[in-house]
Amino acid sequence: MNANKIYPWYFSSGAIVLYLLFIVAPALLGIYYSFTDWNSYSSEKNFIGLEHFRTILAGDPTYLLFIKNTVLFTLVTSIAKTVLGLFLALLLVSGVKAANLHRMIIFSPQVLSFLIVGLVFKSLLDPNNGFVNVTLRSMGLDVLAQNWLGSLTWAMPSIMAVDTWKGMGYIMVLFIAGLLAIPRDYYEAASIDGAGFGQKLFRITIPMLMPTITIATVLNITYGLRVFDAVYVLTNGGPGNATDVINTAVYSSFAKGYWGLGSALSTILFVIMAVISFFIIRLMNRKVEY
Amino acid sequence: MRLRKRLASIGLNALAWLLSLVVLIPFVVIVLNSFKSDAEAKVLKLTLPEKFIFENYKIVYEQGHLGGSFFNSLLHSGVSSLLLVFVVAFSAFTLSRNHSKLSKFLYFFLILGITLPLNYIPLMEVMKSMGMINSHVGMILLYTAMGIPISLFITYAFVSNIPKELDEAAIMDGCNGVKLFLRIIVPLLTSVLVTVFVLNFLSVWNEFTAPLYMLNTVEMWPMTLAVYNFFGQFSAQWNLVSADIVLTSLPVLIVFLIGQKYIVGGLTSGAVKG
Repeated sequence: MNANKIYPWYFSSGAIVLYLLFIVAPALLGIYYSFTDWNSYSSEKNFIGLEHFRTILAGDPTYLLFIKNTVLFTLVTSIAKTVLGLFLALLLVSGVKAANLHRMIIFSPQVLSFLIVGLVFKSLLDPNNGFVNVTLRSMGLDVLAQNWLGSLTWAMPSIMAVDTWKGMGYIMVLFIAGLLAIPRDYYEAASIDGAGFGQKLFRITIPMLMPTITIATVLNITYGLRVFDAVYVLTNGGPGNATDVINTAVYSSFAKGYWGLGSALSTILFVIMAVISFFIIRLMNRKVEY
Repeated sequence: MRLRKRLASIGLNALAWLLSLVVLIPFVVIVLNSFKSDAEAKVLKLTLPEKFIFENYKIVYEQGHLGGSFFNSLLHSGVSSLLLVFVVAFSAFTLSRNHSKLSKFLYFFLILGITLPLNYIPLMEVMKSMGMINSHVGMILLYTAMGIPISLFITYAFVSNIPKELDEAAIMDGCNGVKLFLRIIVPLLTSVLVTVFVLNFLSVWNEFTAPLYMLNTVEMWPMTLAVYNFFGQFSAQWNLVSADIVLTSLPVLIVFLIGQKYIVGGLTSGAVKG
């Protein structure tokens, strides 16, 4: 039987053409643009080599701040979502009542757009009349009330918290699926040997969950590095530039007409993502083997 | 011993409810506020409205361009998801069955897009050159392309699990590739294709970045942009903003409740076996 005849690869041509046109072509074109001075003020695109990259990485320190913010956001939200997701999953498979209802409630923010979640929290976190500060004040905890999204100290942590609130349900669902796939016998055998909760968690559950942890980490990291909506809706990068991440900086350089520079920022993001994904997968694979 | 177990169980249940409430309360606050008067909604509190004002929803519907943008969102999500199902079914079938080096390469090339960040600035240029900026067709094709990597990843694994003996039997009976695909494989793929449809529908419905770059006329806006714009205009009137938020999230929550099985199944597929 000739596979090429029965399963001709050109059956895939629809997907391939769309993918090439809308994903690959812009990606390659973007790399090319990042070496040009393309902007909205002149019709020419001149090749200027690495100048944008020099500006971003060594010239103007605000760009380094955007990169730092992106990495910080990714690290904190990834760890928070993984830890909380695992905790929630362990809680919901421990035999609590109405576990499915809890699962559905905690997962639900994941299906809403970040725009909606962002607007909800923008109102809840309003410094004067928002739910959070009003509640804190009504409990006599005035000291804890903050200008959550408008202060240099609290804006970034607030965005991270909202993002974790939204995304932890998805990671929880992944962990629930992973936990249910671990054979019960392991725990029974461990119980007979007298293992406690902690021992079971670190000797059986977490090692057996390594593949799920890998996927969750990769998902969290790739999401975190690409973050845009969360920051754009909640603070639009402010106060000042304090919460700007790479993708909001790309958007503002696009809006200002600095298209070459914006493309260079995107290219840097692309490189960071490729490198990090590669290392994470390698590292996690090695751990699973033990 | 028994008492201790019961106490532990009560504690765990209380903790689960506490955490669910942390997720629920923000929504409850918004829903309650959507029925309050302007003055009453000035301070966001977890209290019942003095009088339920349904008028808010009417104002929001009329002033928020919600009718037209609802139609745009439905058009973009529905058509791109249908197209995606069609395109992905074909490619998953041929790429997973055909074990040549080319098809392996194409598969990995296509799913690479799961992590690839989209560069919107050159994308605009590409779409402009095809005359697809500010057009429904352009948005639909773009969304289809964006959905391909993850959907192919989900469907590919599924096709691999369908025994190849089925194909052989069908071919013995005189099926050709197309017939085999349509008569035998597609019916077996129904559930995963529904999953792909639902997941893509939701993600297109929620899409904010692509329309922000690609659409600059009000008539073309999906609900996300309409809501964002509405918030910009009425940010001081929280009762209206709340009603707007409720109206926009309702369709998604309904899709979620109906398609729950498919959503959760699709999102977890591949994550367990790794």
